[in-house]
Amino acid sequence: MNLDWEFIYESLPLYSEAMWLTVKLALLAIVFSLLIGLLFSIVLYYKVKIVSDVIKIYIELSRNTPLLVQLFFLYYGLPKIGIHFSEMTCAIVGMTFLGGSYMTEAFRGGFEAVSQSQIESGQSIGLSKLQLIRYVIFPQAFAISIPSLGANAIFLLKETSIVGAIALMDLMNVAKDLIGMHYKTAESLLLLVLAYLVLVLPLSLLLTWVERKVRYAEFGD
Amino acid sequence: MQNSGIEVLFEGSNFERLLGGLLVTIEISFLSIGIGTLLGILMGLLRTLGSRPLRFILRLYLETFRIIPILVWLYVVHFSFSPLLHIDISGEATSILVFSLWGAAEIGDLVRGALQSMPKHQVESARALGLSSSQLYRHILIPQAVRRMLPGMINLATRMIKTTSLVVLIGVIEVVKIGQQIIELGVIKAPTASFWVYGFIFILYFSVCFPLSRLSKKVESRWQN
Repeated sequence: MNLDWEFIYESLPLYSEAMWLTVKLALLAIVFSLLIGLLFSIVLYYKVKIVSDVIKIYIELSRNTPLLVQLFFLYYGLPKIGIHFSEMTCAIVGMTFLGGSYMTEAFRGGFEAVSQSQIESGQSIGLSKLQLIRYVIFPQAFAISIPSLGANAIFLLKETSIVGAIALMDLMNVAKDLIGMHYKTAESLLLLVLAYLVLVLPLSLLLTWVERKVRYAEFGD
Repeated sequence: MQNSGIEVLFEGSNFERLLGGLLVTIEISFLSIGIGTLLGILMGLLRTLGSRPLRFILRLYLETFRIIPILVWLYVVHFSFSPLLHIDISGEATSILVFSLWGAAEIGDLVRGALQSMPKHQVESARALGLSSSQLYRHILIPQAVRRMLPGMINLATRMIKTTSLVVLIGVIEVVKIGQQIIELGVIKAPTASFWVYGFIFILYFSVCFPLSRLSKKVESRWQN
């Protein structure tokens, strides 16, 4: 198979622009999801009445429906009842709606894994509730959650591949356009796969490294 | 007079058509899970028993599926197969191929995990009791491995059903596509149709996936010990 290198070279700016969009979107979605996850998991941990139930319903709705349908509903459905979002806002809202529940579950897993004896020891030496959270529960819960938080971050980064469906010029859309306009299928797909490798691989390697560090800090082996 | 929009769901055969579209989604997922399970069991066994280079290759295979988004896989197969191999492969066939390969990778990992988590002393005790290899597998290893794998497999099934929604983007006529057709047809008569149709599809997916994720939690807590 002969690749048209000139075509590849000429398409690079389009791909790098789309990659930049993906990075921006993924970063925003990950940060917002982390904030939601932290907040919601604390509410769930303290079993705040009613609010906890609402959060549980949200988690089930978010985890058991596909992002594509969530995005279509936000982008095509909501304007019909008078709620308008731009494509980018839709994508961020949709991805945060999806990511928030995954991050909540990750943090909750961490909170639940902090052993009861740690909490009791903290109480017995007279730590206030706030001190207990700050110095005993949170640092441990966070360390335990890191692997699943990282896995969720990668999951969200990959899920950005769907936003092309609501007209954002992401990598998928760029590749599809180039195939449609120039019939340079092999070149366009090669660049598409490479783009995702460049995006996801470093994060995945970083995660493996961090996981090992955390495990070392935790158990010392 | 314009109707309020929700009627569009029940006009003519719209309701049945949407359910039929969901069936396409479910069909693709279940076929892929079936094929993926068969291939996955083989891969899982090879990853515990096979040679070192083979184990490396299978691990690499799994990682490529974990790193490249499924939509990219769908594009790659969809856009490159027909021109490269000069065969016409339908969107559905493409989807089943990609999802089966993905399923095989993930199920292979579940099988490997379940087999490796089995304590060695069980095998030794069984041998000491004089069980044959086939008895060992039938009465001791397989029942436990299945229990350990089942929650993960149900989770994977939910993930696959959700991900199958992407096949609309390579032109498969499934529930989202039928929804779009209904919206386009009713554009004048029911301008708010997209709110109701996409809302309904949202609920459809939820009512398929929610029971499954509940089941997986139940299985997990019952078989924890």
